[in-house]
Amino acid sequence: MTPQINPLILLFASIFTGNILLTNFLGLCSFISISRDMKSANGLGLAVTVVLTLTALINWAVMHYILIPLNLMVYRYIVFIIVIAATVQMLEMIIDRVSPALYMTLGIFLPLITVNCAILGVALFMQIRNYGLLQTLAFSFGSGLGWWLAIIALAAIQKKIARAPVPAGLQGPGITLITIGFMALAFIGFSGMLNVS
Amino acid sequence: MDFLVAPIAVAGIAGIMATLVALVDMVANNYGEVTIDVNEGKKEMTVRGGSPLLLTLSTEGLYLPSACGGRGSCGACKCRIISDIGPYLPTEIPYLLPEELKQNIRLACQIKVKTNIGIEIPEDLFNVKQFSATVTAIKDLTYDIKEVLFELGDDTIDFEAGKYVQLVIPPYDKIKESTQRAYSMSSSPSNRNQIELLVRLVPGGIATTYVHQHLEVGQKLDLIGPFGDFCRTASDAIMLCIAGGSGMAPFKSMFYDMLDKDETNREIWYFFGARTTKDMFYLDEMRELEKQLSDYHFIPALSEPQEGDGWEGPTGLITDVLDRYLKETIETEGKVLEGYLCGSPGMIDACNRVMNDNGVIQDNVYYDKFA
Repeated sequence: MTPQINPLILLFASIFTGNILLTNFLGLCSFISISRDMKSANGLGLAVTVVLTLTALINWAVMHYILIPLNLMVYRYIVFIIVIAATVQMLEMIIDRVSPALYMTLGIFLPLITVNCAILGVALFMQIRNYGLLQTLAFSFGSGLGWWLAIIALAAIQKKIARAPVPAGLQGPGITLITIGFMALAFIGFSGMLNVS
Repeated sequence: MDFLVAPIAVAGIAGIMATLVALVDMVANNYGEVTIDVNEGKKEMTVRGGSPLLLTLSTEGLYLPSACGGRGSCGACKCRIISDIGPYLPTEIPYLLPEELKQNIRLACQIKVKTNIGIEIPEDLFNVKQFSATVTAIKDLTYDIKEVLFELGDDTIDFEAGKYVQLVIPPYDKIKESTQRAYSMSSSPSNRNQIELLVRLVPGGIATTYVHQHLEVGQKLDLIGPFGDFCRTASDAIMLCIAGGSGMAPFKSMFYDMLDKDETNREIWYFFGARTTKDMFYLDEMRELEKQLSDYHFIPALSEPQEGDGWEGPTGLITDVLDRYLKETIETEGKVLEGYLCGSPGMIDACNRVMNDNGVIQDNVYYDKFA
């Protein structure tokens, strides 16, 4: 049964209260490694949002028109991954051809996020929670924006941390993980506003 | 027939996606025929666009140095691009110095060939070839250094003494990808059918572990080269050569080259540092050269001599030995000195300082650092 949630509310919920990164901790590896400067963080955030929305919609269609009618839901993991990998590959080639400028900001990050677990995670949540097409659109686009917001926030914090006296043992990923933990706590503060899953 | 539904459906989805990717590749990634102009008309090649420059050049038989095989992690495949090919990619910038950025030097493995381009590479890269070599001898020089001899078959190599080759290590054990590592050639350039390398075992090293534990006589390996610019100058300045461990290789090649070319009068001081007698090798060969080269002096030194090892030569850190000789033994008054250093980064930096302190100007110090 498709749950009765207004897609607009779902959109905001997935940006703030149910942030894919800060509540589910998905997509952490590229999040930590690319968050050192604002420009790359922005490019990666854009790339994740585009890929997330696109692949979630394709996967929704594949699931509803192929997997469910043929009773093949056990194969959803492998099918979702095939769809994601192929879509990202095509997207990269098309962007490289059509717009070199866009390729510079977004395209180079595409191969990096093929294996980003947030992408597969959103596809699986969409299936577990029985979202309809509009809800899937809102949820995936919102999750992308949420991820983007989180990485920009982290990049900004990293700028400050760069000048802070961090103990030697905590420098690099150590302090980054602690920072992400605090950010997650802060985002929990939103959960009183909206609570949808 | 129900059991066929699942494999057909999954294979069908995979097939459709693969076809789509192939179609997009054909349409979007098709840049048609493009020409690459190397060194302003020295060589012109017509190739299919769409692939990285490094790969495109190597299929045309032009090899730029590359240690990582095009994954963008070594930064060796630098080359100057004359035409405009768009801004730098974030994957290139960490490997390029500010002055290289100004000269439009790019990483050949990261940039795609899309239009006609002009590139500039060092003239001697035209001489670089890929050799399919056969291992004909492996000898233990010390407990951790092996001398490996390769036969080139019908091929021949032309190189200047001091240059290196890239050894292509095939995948083995847990190493799933082919790897390339650089080794200085220790054979004399006059021996055009063989290449000799000295390989020291580095704990955990991919290539050195392979050479020490898996490589066997009779096996075939690919070598790409020659590369590098660690070569002696044509002047008659005094050569101060300093090596440790397998840093012996380029000097061995240089000295035998001088012997073969009858350049036997140049003043050479060759300092070779080792910890104990167990780390010493080629002592007889290098001492023998003192008889053949008229002004060549070989100074092997031990930093940790053991009791009862029968060592009578100089002892102490190679930097101290060098300092002592520069101050007391070598006549430097009114002469030009050149430093040649080959070994670990720590040793090179320390010896470089000693040389500078003793009046050897930095422009005259050449080195080959083990990365």
